[in-house]
Amino acid sequence: MEADITLRVDGEDRKVTVDTRTTLLDALRDRLGVTAPKKGCDHGQCGSCTVLVDGRRVVSCLSLAVARDGAEVTTAAGLADADGPHPVQRAFVANDALQCGFCTPGQVCSAVGVLAEVKAGWPSAVTEGDAAPELTDAEVRERMSGNLCRCGAYPGIVAAIREVGA
Amino acid sequence: MTDQLTPNAIGRDVARADGPLKVLGAAPYAYDQPLTDPLYLCTVDATVVRGRVAGVDASAALAMDGVELVLTHENAPELSTEDGELRVLQSPEVHFRGQVVAAVVATTTEVAAAAAGAVVVTYDTEPFAVTAGSDPAGLHAPEKVNAGYPTDTDDGDLDAAVAAAAFTVDEEYTTARTHNNPLEPHTTVATWTGGDLHVFEASQSVFGARRVLAGVFGLDPERVRVTCPYVGGGFGSKGSPHAGAVVTVMAARMLPGRSVKFALTRRQMFRLVGYRPRMTQRVRLAAAPDGTLTGVGVDVVQESARIKEYAEQTAVAARMMYAAPNRRTSHRLALLDIPVPTWMRAPGEAPGMFALETAIDELAARVGIDPIALRVRNEPERDPATGKPFSSRHLVDCLHEGADRFGWYDRDPRPRSRRVNGWLVGYGVAASTYPAYRMPANSAVVRYTADDRYRVEIGASDLGTGAWTALAQIAADALGVPQDSIDLAIGDTRLPRATVAGGSSGTASWGTAIVEAARAFRDKFGRTPEPDDEVFADAPENTAAKDFALHGYGAQFAEVRVHEDTGEIRVPRLYGMFDAGRVINPRTARSQLVGGMTMGLSMALHEDSVMDTALGHTANPDLGEYHIAANADVHEIRADWLGIPDERLNPMGSKGIGEIGITGTAAAIANAAHHATGVRVRELPITLDKFLR
Repeated sequence: MEADITLRVDGEDRKVTVDTRTTLLDALRDRLGVTAPKKGCDHGQCGSCTVLVDGRRVVSCLSLAVARDGAEVTTAAGLADADGPHPVQRAFVANDALQCGFCTPGQVCSAVGVLAEVKAGWPSAVTEGDAAPELTDAEVRERMSGNLCRCGAYPGIVAAIREVGA
Repeated sequence: MTDQLTPNAIGRDVARADGPLKVLGAAPYAYDQPLTDPLYLCTVDATVVRGRVAGVDASAALAMDGVELVLTHENAPELSTEDGELRVLQSPEVHFRGQVVAAVVATTTEVAAAAAGAVVVTYDTEPFAVTAGSDPAGLHAPEKVNAGYPTDTDDGDLDAAVAAAAFTVDEEYTTARTHNNPLEPHTTVATWTGGDLHVFEASQSVFGARRVLAGVFGLDPERVRVTCPYVGGGFGSKGSPHAGAVVTVMAARMLPGRSVKFALTRRQMFRLVGYRPRMTQRVRLAAAPDGTLTGVGVDVVQESARIKEYAEQTAVAARMMYAAPNRRTSHRLALLDIPVPTWMRAPGEAPGMFALETAIDELAARVGIDPIALRVRNEPERDPATGKPFSSRHLVDCLHEGADRFGWYDRDPRPRSRRVNGWLVGYGVAASTYPAYRMPANSAVVRYTADDRYRVEIGASDLGTGAWTALAQIAADALGVPQDSIDLAIGDTRLPRATVAGGSSGTASWGTAIVEAARAFRDKFGRTPEPDDEVFADAPENTAAKDFALHGYGAQFAEVRVHEDTGEIRVPRLYGMFDAGRVINPRTARSQLVGGMTMGLSMALHEDSVMDTALGHTANPDLGEYHIAANADVHEIRADWLGIPDERLNPMGSKGIGEIGITGTAAAIANAAHHATGVRVRELPITLDKFLR
C-alpha cells in the first residue's frame, strides 16, 4: 500500500510517495536521496540514523514515514546555515570527534538535541536531585550513549559538546 | 637507513581533512552513491546449521510486483573459485546457520524484504558441531597461521625449564568470539555495462576487492573497477570481499545495465563478514628466583570454520616479547560448522597479549616484584624469534615514562588494599606490541596541475584512519610545498595500485610510494614544472625487513574500580604510552590510539558473542544484546607517544598505529581488577559474576 506524504526536510518541502512499510530513514535515503542520516542497524540500537523531527531527536529507522506526514525533519546536512556548519559540527572537527564518520551525522544531530534538552532542564538518569541539570561530562556521556561509535571517538565527542554548551 | 623527509607538514597538529564533509553527512559511502533506478537485493539465509537445501519454492516471491529476480543454487552463474566462503549458491550444501541460500532483487527494499520472506526453502539436515571439543574429528594443525607465520615453534627445552624453575605460571586464558561491527554495514553496489563491472564496495582495499571479484567471476581485472572513497570503519572485516559482495555482483550480472544495491543487516554482520574466533591459550612461564624468565610457552586452541580455515597468529607475540632460552608455541584449530572467521583489529596480538601480559602479571606477583621491573628484567637484546636486531625497541622507555605520567608508583602493590565508597580500586599495567609492516606493490602518481597545485594519486583507503590527511601531509613535505597545495585522490582502482588498509601498514606503504613519486617528480621537473607534468613511481623494496625485526611497542595503564558488593566494574582511567616512531598527525594519531584502546576496553568488559549450541548460531546478534563500548562506558582514555622516529622503516620514520592500541588493554584492565580485588579473571569479558564466585 502506498501513501503520498510531505516532509519538510532541511528547510525544503518534499512530496514523496512511500510504501506504508517505509521507515522515515528509508524514505529520506532511498526515496529522497537525503543520505546524511546513516543506516547502521535498522533497529534503533546504534543511533547512526538520528535526525531532529520537529526539533527533537529521533532514530529515523524506528519511525514510519507515513506517520511523519507534515513533519519538519532536520538532518546533519540541514544543521548548517548561511554562516556555515553548526557550532556543534565545527567543534566535532576541531576536537577530532570522529574517525570513519559514519556515525557522525547521527552524533551531531543527537548533540544538538542534547544541548536543547539540558537547556530546557530535562533530567537524565545521572541528574542528581531536582536541580536543573548541568552539562557535565557525566551528563553528556549518559545522554549520548544512544549513539554508538565503533572508532572510539567518545572523548572528543564529549569535549566537543561541552565546548559548545559552555 | 631511508632518506628521511624534512618534517614541516608532517608532525603538525592539523584537523582531519575529511572532517567538514563528514560532520555534514556529505561524505559518500558505498550505499550513498547517486544512481538511476537502482534495484535492491535481499538474501534468504539458511535456518539450519548443516545439511542440504532440499527444495526452493520461489513462486510467491516471483508473483510480487517489483520482483526482478530470485537467485538460488539452481540458477546462479558458475563461479571460478574454490574458496569455501565465496562459493555462494554453487551447491545445495549448507555449512553454517545463516549462510546465503537464495537472494531476491526488487525495485524497493520493502518489496525485496517481503519477497525474500516469501521464498520457501526446505532442508535435509545433518548433525553439527559448533563449539571446540564437541567435534569428534578433534583438533587440526594448520600449515601456517595468519600473516604467514609458522604454526609451531620449539626452542630449547620448555618442559625442563618449567621443572627446574623457582617460579612458574601455568594457566589457561580464554577470549570470547568478538565481531568487528563497523557502524557502516558491509555494502556492495554493482553495475555491469557491456562486459565491464563497476562496484562501489565498502572496502579497506579497492585493489584487493578487484582482485578477489575478478578471480571469483573469471574476469580480466582491467574490466573491473572498484570505487570506495569513504569507508565507515572495518577493523579487518572489510579487508577482503565476503559472500554479500559475491551474491550482489552475481545478481547484477544477471540484470545487465541495472545497479544492484545490497547492505547487510546488522544481524548478518554477525555471520557473513568474519569475526575474531573464540580461543583458549595455555600459557606457561618459568622463572629464576629473581624473575628472569627461563621459559615461555603458549599453546592456542581456536575455533574455525570447516569450509575455510582461518588461523589467528595468537602465539606470535610471545615468540618475540621477552628473552627466554626455552620457548615453545603452537596453534591448533577446531574446524566447526560455524561462519568463517577473519581479521579483526590486531589479529593475533589482541588475544595473544591478553594472555601473555596477564600471565606476566601473575608471575610478578608470585616472584614478589613490580610488574614493570619484571618486564624490564626480561628485555631481550635481539629478537628472540628471528635472532635479528630490532630496528628500534623502546618498550622500557614506554613503561617508565608511562608509569610516571600515570602515577603508577602511588599504588600499594598488595591486592585489595584500597577502598573508596564501597569500590575496590586497583592499578594494572600491560605491554603493547604490533609489527611495523610495510607492504610491497604500491605506486603513486604526482602531477602538477597549475597555480602551485599538485595532484597526488594512489588507490589507498581511509576507513577512519586519517589517510586523507596524513598522505597529504607526507606529499607536501616530499614536494616541499604547503599541505593545502595537495589535491589527493584515493579509493579507486583507476588510481595507481595500493595495498590494503590493514596490518597497520597503510601510511608506511602508501606514504613511501608517494615520497618516491614526489622525489622523482622534483628530479625530473625541478621546482618550476609545467601544467600536466607527471611522474609515476613504484615504492622501493623494504630492505629493512631482511636485516631487522620491525615492531612498535607500548605500555598501557588502567585504573579499575570493582564494587565490593555487586562486582560491577568501571574503568575510570586508561593511559597508553607508545613507541610509534614519528607521528604524522598528532590529532588523528591520538584518535587512532584512543580508538584502539577503547576497543580494547570493549573487548575486556563487554563483547561476547554467545553461541547457542542447540540452534548453532550467535544468540545475541545485534547491538542491543552484543554490547560494544558506549559513550558512558568510556571515561578518561589518553594516549601519548615517545616520538622517536625509526629511520630504517620508511622515509617518514613512522610505525603503524591502527592496531597497537587494542593490544594489551584487556590485560592492563584484568591486572588492575586483580589488584583491586585479589580475583584473577582469565576469561573475557570481565563481567561482574566473575568477582562473585
